[in-house]
Amino acid sequence: MATLPQRFDPEQCQAVTREVLAAHRGEPGALLPILHDIQDRLGAVPPELLPLIAEDLCLSRAEVHGVVSFYHDFRASPPGRQHLKLCQAEACQSMGAKALTAALQEKLGLQLGETRADGSLTLEAVYCLGNCACAPNAMLGGELHGRVDLEGLLELLSEQEAHP
Amino acid sequence: MSEPITVYVPRDASALSLGADKVARAIAAEAKARNLEIKLVRNGSRGLFWLEPLVEVATPAGRVAYGPVKAKDVAGLFDAGFLDAGEHPLGLGLTEQIDYLKRQQRLTFARAGITDPLSLADYIAHDGYRGLKRALAIGAEAIIAEVLESGLRGRGGAAFPTGIKWRTVAGCQAAQKYIVCNADEGDSGTFSDRMVMEDDPFVLIEGMTIAALAVGATEGYIYLRSEYPHAEAALKAAIATAYAEGYLGDDIRGSGKAFHLHLRRGAGAYVCGEETALLESLEGKRGTVRPKPPLPAIEGLFGMPTVINNVISLASVPVILDKGGAHYRDFGMGRSLGTLPIQLTGNIARGGLIELAFGVTLRELLYDYGGGSASGRPIRAVQVGGPLGAYLPESQFDTPLDYEAFAALGAVLGHGGIVVFDDRVDLAEMARYAMQFCAIESCGKCTPCRIGSTRGEELLEQIIVARSEGPQPGRIELLKSLCDTMLGASLCALGGMTPYPVLSALNHFPEDFGVSKDTAAAR
Repeated sequence: MATLPQRFDPEQCQAVTREVLAAHRGEPGALLPILHDIQDRLGAVPPELLPLIAEDLCLSRAEVHGVVSFYHDFRASPPGRQHLKLCQAEACQSMGAKALTAALQEKLGLQLGETRADGSLTLEAVYCLGNCACAPNAMLGGELHGRVDLEGLLELLSEQEAHP
Repeated sequence: MSEPITVYVPRDASALSLGADKVARAIAAEAKARNLEIKLVRNGSRGLFWLEPLVEVATPAGRVAYGPVKAKDVAGLFDAGFLDAGEHPLGLGLTEQIDYLKRQQRLTFARAGITDPLSLADYIAHDGYRGLKRALAIGAEAIIAEVLESGLRGRGGAAFPTGIKWRTVAGCQAAQKYIVCNADEGDSGTFSDRMVMEDDPFVLIEGMTIAALAVGATEGYIYLRSEYPHAEAALKAAIATAYAEGYLGDDIRGSGKAFHLHLRRGAGAYVCGEETALLESLEGKRGTVRPKPPLPAIEGLFGMPTVINNVISLASVPVILDKGGAHYRDFGMGRSLGTLPIQLTGNIARGGLIELAFGVTLRELLYDYGGGSASGRPIRAVQVGGPLGAYLPESQFDTPLDYEAFAALGAVLGHGGIVVFDDRVDLAEMARYAMQFCAIESCGKCTPCRIGSTRGEELLEQIIVARSEGPQPGRIELLKSLCDTMLGASLCALGGMTPYPVLSALNHFPEDFGVSKDTAAAR
C-alpha cells in the first residue's frame, strides 16, 4: 500500500490537479472522474484545490464544493495508512456485523468514521460490498475479505502492518 | 509429452475474499515442485459461494470440482491425484452435476464460471457475440421487436418493459443519443451485476452495443459503484480488448456503425442507483433526483434521449438476440417472463447465485437450494429486494417469485436479492436501520425523504426504548402516518419505499415493537 502524504505540499497538489484537469479536458461531465483521479493520487481532495478546479471547468466554487461534499467517497484529508471498511448493511447484519463492529471498535479504541491521531488507521462504515453470500464482509485497502471475525480482522491488520 | 491439464481457480471477488489467490499460488507452486505441467486458468465464479474457492480440473468426462479449498489443502489434493479426478474429502464430482447448479436455468449467466472472463476468444467460443452478429444482420426495428417479444422487464427493480424504453428512444430525433448502464448495485443482498461484470464482462459490452444499434446511439456509459474495484478492473480490460478487436469504436465489425463506451466510477452515493440521480452524477453534478417527466428516454443524459438499463437487463439482451425473443419469453410466468438471477444471501447455509425462471417459491429457494440458515436456527424473516424491500414472515414463504405476486403482498422483487435472518433478528431494530439508511443516503431534494427519514429514525428509537413498558399506540400511529407521507409524497423510490421494510416489519412482527399480535390482528 502506498504511503499517502499526511501533509500536503501545496505546489505539488496544484501540479497534480493541473495534470488531472488537462487529462480530462473536453470530456463531458468530467467532474467526478477528475475528483477521483485527484483523490487516487493525493489520498484526498484538499479544499484548497477547489478554486483551481472550479476555474478550469467554468463552475463556481460553491458548485464544486457541493459535489465534493455530496459524495461519501471524497475526503478532505487522506485516510490512515491502513484503511479498514466494515460493512453495516442488512446481509452482514444478519451474520452478526453489529456485534463484530462493536467488538472491533472496542479492541481498536476507534469508532467508525475515525482515524487514529498518528494516522496509522482509519475505520469506516461501508454499505454493501457485493459479497452478501459470504457475510460479514470487510475491505482492507482494496482487498475484499469475506466471512470475517474479530480475530481474523486483527490478524489481517497486523499482517498488513508487517508487510505493507 | 501430453497436453498440460487445465486447473481452474476463480478470480471473482467473492472467491478472492475467501483466499482464491493464495490457493492459485499454492497450486502453481505445488505443481512446479512435483514437476507437473498444468495450465492454470482464472475463471469466473459459478456462484456457489459456500463452496468457494471452488477449484475445477478439466477431465475427459468433464470438469470436476473440489471445494471449498484452502491453501493448506492443496498438497493433499495433489496427493489424492486431483489432476486425474482423484477422490478427496473436498471432491464434489462433476461440476455440472452439482444439484444446486444442475437445477438452474442459466441464460444470462450461461458462461459465468466456465470461461476466463477476460478472454475474448473464450467468450466467442462459448456463443459470445452471436447476438450482436444477428443484430447487425436484422437491423434496428427487428432488434426492438425481439426485445419486446422476449417480455424482458428492467431487472434493476422497477421492472419496466425494456423493449418499450428502447422503442421510445429509437423514435426520438436527436443529434446524439446515449446508452447508460446502471451498475450502481447498492442493494444489500445483491451481487448479480458484480458477477456479470467480473465473470463475463463481454456480455454486458455486447448487450450495450446491441442497444446502441437498436436506438441509434453512438456513445455509452457504464456507471459503476466505487465499492467494486474488481469489477472496474475487469471492465477496463474487457473494454480495451473490445476496442482492439473492433467490437467497439468507429466501425463495429466492419458494419460502419460506431459505438464508444466509457466507464465511470461512482462515489459512494446509494441514491445514484436511481436513474435520474445517476444521470446527474454522470453529468458531474450532485446526485440529486430529477422530477419526471421528462423521462430519461426523451431527455436523459445531457438532455438527450437515453436508454438507461440495469446490468442484468443489458446482459440478457445477447441471448435474446441469439436465441430469439420467444425462447426467452417461454421461461417464467404471467407477466414475469424469462429468468431472474436470484441472489440468496445473509444467514443461509448455501448462499449463491440462482438463475431460474420466474415462479419458484421462496420456500424452495430457502430450503431446497439454501439448506436453511447458516446458524442452524429457524429462519424468521427474509428481506427481498434490497434495503427498500419488505420483510416477509414464514407464512409468506410460499409466494412465487413473480413481480405481480409480490406487489399483491405489498412487497417487491427488486433486483432479486434475498437476505435471510434467523430467529435472533430484531425487526424493530431493522426498521430503525431502514430509516437510518434512508437518512444517510437521502439526496435531500424532497422533504418527505430528507426530513421524514430522520424523524422516522428518532421515532423508532423511542419505540425501541419504550417497547418493554407496554403498548404505545400514539407512537405507532405516528409512525404509520409518517410512512404514509413518505410513500405518497417522495420524489423517488428511496423515500417512497423506505416504508416497505418499516411497515412490513411492523405488520408481520408487531411483538418486536411492543405491540401484541392480537392487537395487531384486530386493527
